[in-house]
Amino acid sequence: MKFNRTLIIGVSFVGFSCFLALLSLVWTPFDPLEINPDISLARPSAVHWLGTDENGRDILSNIIVGSRATLLTGVLSVAICMLVGVTVGVATAISPRWVESPAVFGIDIVLALPTVLFAIVLAAVYGPSTLTAIVAIGIALSASVAQVTRREVNVVLLADYVTAARSSGSGTWRIVRKHVLPNIRSSLFVQASGACAIAILAESTLSYLGLGTTPPAPSWGRMMASLQQFLLIDPIFPLWPGLAIVITVLGFNLLGDGLREALDPTLRASEETAVDDELRSASSTGTTNAGSH
Amino acid sequence: MLVDVRNLTIRFGSRTVVDDVSFSLDAGHRLGIIGESGSGKTLTSLALIGLLPDTATVTGSVLFDGKEMIGASDRELSALRGNSIGMVFQEPLTALNPLMRVGKQIGLPLRTHRGLNKQASLAKATELCARVGLPDPERIIRSYPHQLSGGQRQRIGLAIALACSPRLLIADEPTTALDVTVQKEVLALIGELVREEGSALVFVSHDLPVVSSMTDRVAVMNQGQIVELANVRALFSHASHEYSRMLVRTARQSDEDLAGLTTGENQ
Repeated sequence: MKFNRTLIIGVSFVGFSCFLALLSLVWTPFDPLEINPDISLARPSAVHWLGTDENGRDILSNIIVGSRATLLTGVLSVAICMLVGVTVGVATAISPRWVESPAVFGIDIVLALPTVLFAIVLAAVYGPSTLTAIVAIGIALSASVAQVTRREVNVVLLADYVTAARSSGSGTWRIVRKHVLPNIRSSLFVQASGACAIAILAESTLSYLGLGTTPPAPSWGRMMASLQQFLLIDPIFPLWPGLAIVITVLGFNLLGDGLREALDPTLRASEETAVDDELRSASSTGTTNAGSH
Repeated sequence: MLVDVRNLTIRFGSRTVVDDVSFSLDAGHRLGIIGESGSGKTLTSLALIGLLPDTATVTGSVLFDGKEMIGASDRELSALRGNSIGMVFQEPLTALNPLMRVGKQIGLPLRTHRGLNKQASLAKATELCARVGLPDPERIIRSYPHQLSGGQRQRIGLAIALACSPRLLIADEPTTALDVTVQKEVLALIGELVREEGSALVFVSHDLPVVSSMTDRVAVMNQGQIVELANVRALFSHASHEYSRMLVRTARQSDEDLAGLTTGENQ
């Protein structure tokens, strides 16, 4: 795998968020929940680097701790959507038509439901929590993962090497394991990374609406909701959680693009064959000469 | 009789692409199927190994060693494919998995049918590479398909097809995608290996000179039907069907053209 600039920027942005989440487990500048009305809405200073909110809580500490909920949602909902989506996508692609058509119809229905609406319904039934948000986002995203996976699998199943594998006695299960999954691997990585960006954005949206992570646990979305009231006092207040969301989402998107570039076998092959062709022509003239004598 | 095809008809919807085809092949014998693209020769060869697409409607009978291939379950067919029947494909690049080392690809049929473990299958793959005339087999089995030339890839395809010493080898235009010089080497190799293994050969091509150099008998296909089934010699001396006569004429004509070119050069 070759590293490219997009991938490096993506990895460092995502790495920064992960670093914050790990840091929050051992250290924060202040107790993120400590209320101190005397210093409410303080501007950034040497003590409170990013200032304080309306209750005098340290914004930096809240952002550091808030990264936990954000990344947890991202990772877990991606785990759900990849597990469900890839299974459904592969299963529908290899199943006979009378199973495939209704399954595809079902996927289309889930796709048509807006993620946020689905999460609102789920939150109304089970009460808002990080877990509700994770499940809602995971299920909603698995539909699009299933759709893309099914399409990719169908392309691979038409490839000559799958016919060739069949002709040498491989059954469907072995073909999926040995030929289909490795060949859609790069697409799966890209999808997972993109899904992670969408999931984080969705979690922030839900928390903003009060349907995600519940107080007192800090969350970027809820910080946005409360700090935006003071936008007219100083726009710097809602800037910080916004910036945190943007960096993380951008990081995952860039990571996805970078992975696509780094894992694409055609890009990789063309680089290697250029060199190989020369070696090959040199060696093949050698063998023909040897053969003719 | 190893292969017995009776009244094989293949339809896609209302379109008949293979129409009432019958032929048979004894163990160790060689049959050529010749015809232009769309004549149904490839579908006929796929029917022999049970690889027709699901959308095809198939009637008639294909007996391999007394077993009916039409309508057989996937499990029954998988047991035969790569084991008793091997197949070599036209495009040596696309017929290999781009992300799997070729040694592993050669080893897969051995692991499926012979129950070999990873090491044993790789050792056998190295042996097979040497047998199909690849230089430095130790290095080749660790290569990916795109690191090999077309001719080398087709030799790999042949090694996969012959891994389990099949009783029937089907070769569907195995040299069409190769350079003329490489073509000759690969054809000679197929002939040699089939003789050594004692396998029967079904050789599909659009090229009469190639088919006649590889096989004893030729089935000429045109628009889904076998219009003539004859010995190679008989076909050249007195072809009965108009289409076969045209094929023979064209082959002769290009021979003469070549001869003319050579004498022209000498003057």
